Amino acid sequence: MSDNLLMAAYASRLGDNALVLGQRMIELVAASPELEEELANANFSLDYIGQARMFYTYAGKCEGVGRDEDDFAFLRPEHEYRNLLLVEQPNGHFGDSTVRQVLFESWYLHLLEALTRCSDEGISEIAARAIKEVRYHLRHSSQWLLRLGDGTEESHRRVQQSLDNLWKFTGEMFSPDDLDDEMRAIFNGPHLEIIEAQWREDVRAIVEQATLKMPDNQWMASGGKQGRHTEHFGYLLAEMQHLQQTYPGATW
Amino acid sequence: MVETSYKSEQIFEWLSEVADPEIPVLTITDLGIVRDVDCSDGVTVSLTPTYSGCPATEVIEASVVAALEEQGVSDVRIRRVLSPPWTTDWISQEGRDKLRIYGIAPPERREGPIVCPRCESGQTERVSEFGSTACKAAYRCRDCLEPFEYFKCL
Repeated sequence: MSDNLLMAAYASRLGDNALVLGQRMIELVAASPELEEELANANFSLDYIGQARMFYTYAGKCEGVGRDEDDFAFLRPEHEYRNLLLVEQPNGHFGDSTVRQVLFESWYLHLLEALTRCSDEGISEIAARAIKEVRYHLRHSSQWLLRLGDGTEESHRRVQQSLDNLWKFTGEMFSPDDLDDEMRAIFNGPHLEIIEAQWREDVRAIVEQATLKMPDNQWMASGGKQGRHTEHFGYLLAEMQHLQQTYPGATW
Repeated sequence: MVETSYKSEQIFEWLSEVADPEIPVLTITDLGIVRDVDCSDGVTVSLTPTYSGCPATEVIEASVVAALEEQGVSDVRIRRVLSPPWTTDWISQEGRDKLRIYGIAPPERREGPIVCPRCESGQTERVSEFGSTACKAAYRCRDCLEPFEYFKCL
């Protein structure tokens, strides 16, 4: 793979994580428990979609065959999406969504931090822009984890269950595939083992402060980075892509 | 062929009339999002987004082109720059004053309470860290009892 195509693949994968999570959060619009939360969620999902746009635009530029952000978002089939399985998991109840955000954002923050130091200027600039946003997204999701974990007996029980249920999707964040290895070798990309140690420490601190228990080591699901998704993903794409798939290039 | 060349100071002055669509009391130069004006070949205006997901980005770009066209500048190009990323430190002093008059507490790096933009009391409390737009938090003044927004530091 040429360096340009490598970068296109890597950037579009970052775009996939941001877009799919942003889309999941958009599904929560008008469903939040309070007005301030409603606005925070909507604004945060906009940040993710904005990041996806930048990553996709850059991927298209590196690829050099004229694909734009919309082509990446709306005209690719399920198996071409390379996002983590974690971000495509359904919103479930509010505790489920909160745990998903905390687990992903704690990882994403360190990943972006590492990417600001990579040798590709296009990616490092987007990472530097995005990191400022993700920093306060994580502050927000962590606050909710504290409230739910250290809240009532019922909220504690339910959010512990969310944590136990979603834990199996975290392994994938730290197991490098060929693309991660090449990104590291050629562009001084992120070192996933180092990020795992940082992530574990951060997550443990939040989880323990929330009076919750870290789940035990267990079997980890994987496949998202290779385009093999959980059954929930097809439905998400169908809803998100339906207009452009039916009328490609439609505008208003 | 008549070559019209512009001075970047002149372009900046025209751009200082372009309002931010979300906080119309501020102009885009108050916000500090106009990073550069290059008049060497047509006019290239470098803009930086405040937030990745800022829905105003496209509107602002279109307003810049429209404002310059109104002044007779036809060859306008927009360049989006991401680096260095925008920070609230780039909001001008004039912009901060305008925000306060408008009822939004401007971003403050210094320690201490957020001051109520209406009665200047420091007796304020945060209602929500995450307000009506990504850049604002919701506050309430315990003296005059008015709610107000605080433009967060970024």
